[in-house]
Amino acid sequence: MSQFPQAVSFRSNAAGALNDSSLRAAMRHATTTFGKKRVDAIGNNPFEEWREKASEIRTDVLNNLDEYVEMFSQNATRAGAVVHRAKDSVNACEIVASLLKDHRAYKVVKSKSMITEEIHLNAYLEKNGVKVVETDLGEYIIQIAGETPSHIIVPAIHKSRQQVGRLFCDKLGCSYSEDPESLTKTARTILREEFLSAPAAISGSNFAIAETGSISLFTNEGNGRMVTTLPPLHIAVTAIEKILPKVSDLALFMRLLPRSATGQVLTSYFSLITGSRKEGESTGSRHFHIILLDNGRSEILRGDCKDILKCIRCGACMNVCPVYGMIGGHAYDSTYPGPMGVILSSVLNGLDRAHPLLDASTLCGACADVCPVKVPLPKLINRLREIKVERGLSPELETIGMAGFGVAAKYHELFELGQRAASYVWPLLSLVDKQTIDRLPKPASKSLKRRVL
Amino acid sequence: MRAQLFATCLVDTFYPETGEAVIKLLRHFGVDVIFPREQTCCGKPPNSAGYAKQARKAAEHFISVFKSPDPVIVPSGSCASMVKNHYPEMFHDNLRLFQAARDLSARTFELTQFLVHELKAHQRGFTGSGKITYHSSCQLTRELGVREEPLTLLRSIEGAEFCPMPSADRCCGFGGVFMGKLPEVSMALADDKLDNILDSGADTVTGCDHGCLMNISDAIRRRGAHVDVKHIAVILAEGLK
Ligand code: SF4
Repeated sequence: MSQFPQAVSFRSNAAGALNDSSLRAAMRHATTTFGKKRVDAIGNNPFEEWREKASEIRTDVLNNLDEYVEMFSQNATRAGAVVHRAKDSVNACEIVASLLKDHRAYKVVKSKSMITEEIHLNAYLEKNGVKVVETDLGEYIIQIAGETPSHIIVPAIHKSRQQVGRLFCDKLGCSYSEDPESLTKTARTILREEFLSAPAAISGSNFAIAETGSISLFTNEGNGRMVTTLPPLHIAVTAIEKILPKVSDLALFMRLLPRSATGQVLTSYFSLITGSRKEGESTGSRHFHIILLDNGRSEILRGDCKDILKCIRCGACMNVCPVYGMIGGHAYDSTYPGPMGVILSSVLNGLDRAHPLLDASTLCGACADVCPVKVPLPKLINRLREIKVERGLSPELETIGMAGFGVAAKYHELFELGQRAASYVWPLLSLVDKQTIDRLPKPASKSLKRRVL
Repeated sequence: MRAQLFATCLVDTFYPETGEAVIKLLRHFGVDVIFPREQTCCGKPPNSAGYAKQARKAAEHFISVFKSPDPVIVPSGSCASMVKNHYPEMFHDNLRLFQAARDLSARTFELTQFLVHELKAHQRGFTGSGKITYHSSCQLTRELGVREEPLTLLRSIEGAEFCPMPSADRCCGFGGVFMGKLPEVSMALADDKLDNILDSGADTVTGCDHGCLMNISDAIRRRGAHVDVKHIAVILAEGLK
């Protein structure tokens, strides 16, 4: 996945995105629309109270994760699901592939899931001769475009409907249309066929319920329901931290998630799936497997950025992030973009690879204001920047400059000397970083201290 | 009443007129202003860049310079928040410094907080002219919760018209080291901010943080727009009754 040999490549990714005017227009439109809808959907509801409670529940889950995972596994097994534990991406992909092989399934339908993006499941399966069909419209669009999601909730947020129209025209051979309804109809006709014929399905899970061993899905297109009920084999992949203790906890999260994610008061479809189809039942998969993925999370839980695992993947933080809003998700070159993505990528992929992403924040704090589970996003980004410095991953010149600053901050005479020197050598500083120096005013010929003291 | 002024390194170095305006303002409202010569920087730039050691050095120095029990006035939301919110978090390993930081935090005020809550400056009002819009800077708004105070002051200026800015609390793209790390994004954000400023119809933009105002000035310069940029202290000091 993501590779940044040098900090400069994230900067150039970002600068490249800024030059893409249709991307900028699409991003501006989408993020402002979602932002506004979110505010309207929250309205006069006691959001602070809700998120305080939600934060408590998520914190409790993280503090007692081993027990909750155990409870979930036992209850899911009792209900008729087969639970697998996967320690990393490869392990999880292997389990999925071998289940498909056991069932002689060479095609799967999928409902949207970020966790399968994290483990790059589609590529793995395709390599193993399995055809993967994404059934969420946004995911379907980027799948046929050969791209990756640029938003965790709205994977094709970066595409205009004209672009989608041309894409469908090219890849599906239909006539050009930019009318969302007719585009949806085209996709629906193709996908319906796939639902009815697919021998297997893969989904994620928005929340896994420890008390009952159920998984839950929040969708807007009904595809999640078809995926999880029509094919005989259903494999759900979920990360261990996405547990809620009780079914009743869903009441709160059903209020918070759609409002935060898309500005909807309720999601259009909600499924709670407990075990496989029982004798006498007419719907549901006959074989239900749940893969609980760790992929470094047990380690993250022991570190300084543990709180990022409270995240419920609503995407609100990216919708309000000024940097994400400007450059879109692909510039991050990582499964998860935006404020939560900066943090999650750093802890999942390691700072050696992900550290340039830490620049993608002005620490403005807009993300922390909207997060429905109170993840302290700016604090975590700042902490990661400290770790980056501790690990010597910062540019040399910056490190030297900061070291000098540290000394001058303690001795005001030295500080004043530095100020005076700066006003003399100011033009020379352009040699170091012309672009920045050009944007700053020149130091005053006499500092405030020299004026009034 | 006596108060100590922490001018901020930005004002001291680049915008001494703003510092003079702050002193004039405070004196006008009967404050005996002390301006300790030993002050340097609050440590916000290294702090937000991840240089915790250097930030801590600056913080220790600040605490020792401003140890007298008088209130500390800071004409910047981000520096005031550094002292009020971040200092206490930095010294969990040292009880003496932690207590000193907490004490300092309680008596540190961002300028408009102090003007409104302690001095009731808005009740006496100011005079002025023209159309003024206001950028609500990030740490001031979100970390300090100072949303209304600057507006209260600006609305108390007789003769000037206050023009609200769309998305006033959207980041201007300054972000300290951010402006140097992702300059293209920083400038694009400042350009958006400038559009909002122009949409407000004002001829002057003000704010409580010179970092943001500096970034906004640059966007204005690049576009050749006709908008004045003034720190709120300057506008208020010019309009003293
Ligand atoms: S960090 Fe918070 S706001 Fe961002 S996606 Fe996760 S839950 Fe949503």
